[in-house]
Amino acid sequence: MMGWRNALSRTRRAMAEGLRALFRAGRPDERTMETLEETLIRADVPPRVASALLEEARQVREGESFSDRLSAAMKRALGAPSPDLLSAPQGAIRVILLAGVNGAGKTTTAAKLARRLLKAGGKPLLAAADTFRAAGSQQLQIWAERVPCECVGGPMGADPAAVAFDAVRASVSRGAHAVIVDTAGRMHTRDALMAELQKVGRSVGKALPGAPHEVWLVLDATIGANALSQARHFHATLPLTGLIVAKLDGSAKAGFVLGIRRELNIPVRYAGLGEGMDDLVPFDPDAFVQAILGASEGEV
Amino acid sequence: MFDALTTAFQKLFRSLRGRGVLTEENIREALREVRTTLLEADVPFDLVKTFTDRVRARVLGQEVGSSLSPGQQFIQCVYEEMAALLGSTAEELAMGGSPGTLLLCGLHGSGKTTTAGKLARWLAERRGRRVLLAAGDLRRPAAADQLGVLAAQVGAALVRPEPGESLAEFGVRALSHARVGGNDFVIFDTGGRFQMDHDLLAELGELRRAVKPANIVLVVDAAMGQESVHVAEGFHRAVGLTGLILTKLDGDARGGAALSIRSVTGRPILFTGTGEKLDQLEPFYPDRMASRILGMGDVLSFVEKAQEVVDEATARTLERKIRRNTFTLEDFLVQYRQMQKMGPLEKVLEMIPGASRLTSDRKATDEMKRFVKKAEAIILSMTPRERRNPEILNGSRRARIARGSGTQVQDVNEVLRQFKQAKLLAQRMGQMQKKLRMRF
Repeated sequence: MMGWRNALSRTRRAMAEGLRALFRAGRPDERTMETLEETLIRADVPPRVASALLEEARQVREGESFSDRLSAAMKRALGAPSPDLLSAPQGAIRVILLAGVNGAGKTTTAAKLARRLLKAGGKPLLAAADTFRAAGSQQLQIWAERVPCECVGGPMGADPAAVAFDAVRASVSRGAHAVIVDTAGRMHTRDALMAELQKVGRSVGKALPGAPHEVWLVLDATIGANALSQARHFHATLPLTGLIVAKLDGSAKAGFVLGIRRELNIPVRYAGLGEGMDDLVPFDPDAFVQAILGASEGEV
Repeated sequence: MFDALTTAFQKLFRSLRGRGVLTEENIREALREVRTTLLEADVPFDLVKTFTDRVRARVLGQEVGSSLSPGQQFIQCVYEEMAALLGSTAEELAMGGSPGTLLLCGLHGSGKTTTAGKLARWLAERRGRRVLLAAGDLRRPAAADQLGVLAAQVGAALVRPEPGESLAEFGVRALSHARVGGNDFVIFDTGGRFQMDHDLLAELGELRRAVKPANIVLVVDAAMGQESVHVAEGFHRAVGLTGLILTKLDGDARGGAALSIRSVTGRPILFTGTGEKLDQLEPFYPDRMASRILGMGDVLSFVEKAQEVVDEATARTLERKIRRNTFTLEDFLVQYRQMQKMGPLEKVLEMIPGASRLTSDRKATDEMKRFVKKAEAIILSMTPRERRNPEILNGSRRARIARGSGTQVQDVNEVLRQFKQAKLLAQRMGQMQKKLRMRF
């Protein structure tokens, strides 16, 4: 939790002061609404979602301050915080598939997830199914040594579905609690690559019935409206069970997750807050909303 | 998104029909749609406001041209303002210095390392340079390995950092490595960093002072959101950029970030990355980017291309035939072949407003390609008389044609049905062509 607050405190801007003044006024006038719309759009909340949220906030019952209402509308849009699936090792082995476009942060996220499970007393296994990227597999091998945990990989150019299959089988025989499958970055608009991802999904299902148990889309916090298109395409390829927002320690606020939650109802699971192995925390809707609205604690 | 803007433009056309001038009132709604479209394309908030203000001022102050309707005037103005913001084509790298030098920087995952590989290939093949790739990402595991694989693929040399070496020290060593090894161009790849991370920006500044690169290029993901302004400002202040490269344009991001980065730094966009393969590095075309951001399709390129391949005489003959209603299957075939001359169907579709969406639907374009081939075979299997008078095609003639072209009777029927539609469409296209000619 400390990590989150520290990271987000860097993103606060002078605008916070102005907003607080507006919030105190209670009933919003047109200028207030415009300022708030601007705040949301600057945080990469899709423009149409921003208008809808403001409209919802306006219609909430009287008595509360407008800031409370907007923040409540945003939190409602985000849904309840998701349980931390890696906080305690579960009995049955879980297969977690990570997907995303090139450069989203999948490999680093895979290592961080393994680290999280390890620290909770579990036994993770990393599957380096990124056999396309030059040295993609080496990158994860090095992370695995640091976590430390086992890593199953394949040579560059190998069939990623086969690597994933082997890794899941290995994790069963070695008694791992979870296998985290890192896949190659792929543009969501490339049909052939999306079909390959589907094949990876089928192949882990053959290695272990019921797998994959989780399919998480890794999204770069600094992207904008395209996040929604990415989520749509990946969701149509393999039904997503969660999002991970990487690089949220920058100044970007990743407001697009509000749009994804609204349209596809996919919850955000974790947020990446740095380059270190321990810089991954469960997604905290309160902190997220606060960072966007720029209001300090206790005053929202 | 495209639909919203198109609808707004159509409404504007309707409301302006018969009126001579654009006024504050009649452009208000269209401007609002332009604003939403730009915001949805990730154009930064402040820039959107400046942009719509400029467009408003320009269209309201404009003399009414004789050839353009007010609606056309408005669209042209939006388009021109956008293209002007994006700069011009044919910007070049600075090739001077011995060795020549280029520094790549940017956020994590923007595509620096892949771009380094692509640039090395481009410099070797187009400029005959012997390139040294310097793996200056000191933090990401296996980053040097990744660059090493790319270097081997493009036939470039590679230099790796040594443990404990600072980025600046590594840079100096890479330069002398190049001189000794006979490389006449060095590309410095660097690790991803945030624009607000002062320590890491300072590190980049030290490298810059140590090697004084002739080119300092920011690599930006085309999907970047509202942060693009801050990213551009941060990097520009820290290292003084000389140019930009926009990556991942093969996705469906609209690329509004390109605008902000251009306008904040004033530096040109040098190249675009359009795929994972090392030859997928293309020059930057401001007009295409403008259309992409506006969701208008590449109207200009389409018109140019069409003018290139459709020779005027044939076009005039076709037009006359259409007008006299003597358009035959033979002409239909000529039309098909001209379309094929314009290049692969995907590329043609990409340029047509509204149809750009189709190209991501691989199945649809594959189907169309198959149909075009079949249609050609079917028409070629007809006698000249049949081609001129399709009405005489009875059952037995159709069966013969199907056999002759290796298709089914249903296919023959389908081609005939399409021909009837094409006759109609051709009529409309004839009208549209006239309009387009007036516009551009």
